[in-house]
Amino acid sequence: MSREESPHDAEIRLLAQARAAEAGALLPILHAIQDRLGFVPDTAVPIVAEVLNLSRAEVHGVVSFYHFFRTKLPGKQTLYVCRAEACQSMGSRALESYARKKLGVDFHETTADGRFSLEPVYCLGNCACSPAVMVDETVYGCVTPQRLDEILA
Amino acid sequence: MAAATRVFIPSDTTARSLGADAVATAVAAEAKRRGANVRVVRNGSRGLYWLEPLVEVLVGDVRHAYGPVTAKDVAALLDAGFLTGGMHALALGPTESIDYLKKQTRLTFARVGVVDPLSLDDYRAHGGYRGLANALNLTGEQIVATVTDSGLRGRGGAAFPTGIKWKTVLATAAEQKYVVCNADEGDSGTFADRMIMESDPFVLVEGMTIAGVAVGATKGFVYVRAEYPQAIKTMRAAIESASAAGFLGTSILGSGRAFELEVREAAGAYICGEETSLLESLEGKRGMVRYRPPLPAIKGLFGKPTIINNVLSLASVPVILDKGADFYKSFGVGRSRGTITVQLAGNVKRGGLIELAFGLRLSEILYDFGGGSATGRPIRAVQAGGPLGAYVHPSQFDTPFDYEQFAAVGAMVGHGGLVVFDDTVDMGEQARFAMEFCAIESCGKCTPCRIGSVRGVEVIDRIRGGENETANLALLRDLCDTMVTGSLCALGGMAPFPVISVLNHFPEDLKARAGKPKAA
Repeated sequence: MSREESPHDAEIRLLAQARAAEAGALLPILHAIQDRLGFVPDTAVPIVAEVLNLSRAEVHGVVSFYHFFRTKLPGKQTLYVCRAEACQSMGSRALESYARKKLGVDFHETTADGRFSLEPVYCLGNCACSPAVMVDETVYGCVTPQRLDEILA
Repeated sequence: MAAATRVFIPSDTTARSLGADAVATAVAAEAKRRGANVRVVRNGSRGLYWLEPLVEVLVGDVRHAYGPVTAKDVAALLDAGFLTGGMHALALGPTESIDYLKKQTRLTFARVGVVDPLSLDDYRAHGGYRGLANALNLTGEQIVATVTDSGLRGRGGAAFPTGIKWKTVLATAAEQKYVVCNADEGDSGTFADRMIMESDPFVLVEGMTIAGVAVGATKGFVYVRAEYPQAIKTMRAAIESASAAGFLGTSILGSGRAFELEVREAAGAYICGEETSLLESLEGKRGMVRYRPPLPAIKGLFGKPTIINNVLSLASVPVILDKGADFYKSFGVGRSRGTITVQLAGNVKRGGLIELAFGLRLSEILYDFGGGSATGRPIRAVQAGGPLGAYVHPSQFDTPFDYEQFAAVGAMVGHGGLVVFDDTVDMGEQARFAMEFCAIESCGKCTPCRIGSVRGVEVIDRIRGGENETANLALLRDLCDTMVTGSLCALGGMAPFPVISVLNHFPEDLKARAGKPKAA
């Protein structure tokens, strides 16, 4: 079965081949793809499967198992709001609703202008200064709605 | 010209989450503008998190603390002469004299917040690599015996004796063995693993190297959660410099023994903190829990004998090999030997890291260290040991903090996390969340966990909606019992514990909410 080439195919193949010899290479390869493209496109599944000599089902199974891998292009930035207990004790439920309302999207969605994706996260290890959010890889502590406005400004 | 004054500004995630980078920039810029000779050192955090960003100035031999400092305070601090330990409203005196720190026993965390995390010289100047030097002169059996005699138990939560795991791996012949560090610290209210990796990464490198030398494993993996990008970067940098200096590689310090380390990034699945699921993930598979036996110590990573330990367990090994089993064992009570790193979090006035010998009462931790709730309201509940741990009721706050005594009241020490809630908490909502979290994170392999957690959310919603309350409360207990006894691993097996604690100690919160069924 042939299929149309997608623009990232060659790049994905190179990323997969670069680490294929490592033991347990699948997660590192998926991370490398997501680091480069911002997501793991569906078109990556058959390529990675072929390089690692796995079935497509096995690769798809891994991509879909892990919350961190996403299969759609995210917004320019991703806002992760912590939903775990320490943050709950300091008002994260209210912060969560505020973030949803402010961005006008629910979890796992991206704003219409493509600026932000909103994701839940279960603990950032910032629990002594709750509630916490993370924008891409930057963590913020003691976040109030006002502070969230500043962070997203 | 006089030597530059050293100013320490933490690079730890929490300190940075409160503006430490801006403070560091401001100190450098303001000092330059004034022509002051200052060297900014980015240390790790002392773990006094309510005081972050905590800035320290070395005056003579003594570090003086100021905090919490914002970038806006920097000019005033320099005006007040903080480079010579001058007085200012934010001055806290010598860091080591701060009560919260002074009352601690820092063994595993001895260097955390003190040293520059990525300076190998700093690490060695503060006692680093003495444990490995001793280990290289011992046989595998002797190293394992030292760890066993120290009484060290797994600090990840299960509290299994570390030496016993090692002994099994040592006794299992294989051409390849592995050391795996479980750094998938997913429990809410815990951050000690992150602190070790960000603030003293070499202690983990050294601990894993000693483990490898002890059992004849030549390859190690640190499996770090994706939510900890800074820990991942710091660990990778530390491994690189340890390799360059000969502390890792084909012949560690010329001993002829090989040990290599690699960081593997996790991908956001809580279940991968369970050791067999972690091994599956390292092998490139879905993080599905394995049946046991075989134990990972016999058939672990890629089917080979594998030591798999938590960050804190491995990071405690260097001090044990440096100062001996008797030294470590001299701390603690009963069968809980050595120190426990309490992580005080949530709604608490003075949250942070507290390393103590086992045995202090929970109330002392909450009030003497923590200063009560952050909001100033009464503390109503404390979740101990992460999302799978019971909610401890104030009537149990006198319980001494050790494995057995906590277990005796139906609670657990776990990884040492304590999450404090004030009296505005809705415990019914907390019980519901325990089931919801289990449903989100279940690997799906066993039915009690996969289906039970979903049914748990539904039953709690019905109870709170006022539907057949008595019958549904009985059903919820029955469901919890099925999950506890029938699940394959601790996720499904323990997720009911917070629910049961709410049923037992906070039943009023599970009652129907006056005319307002809880929306999903």
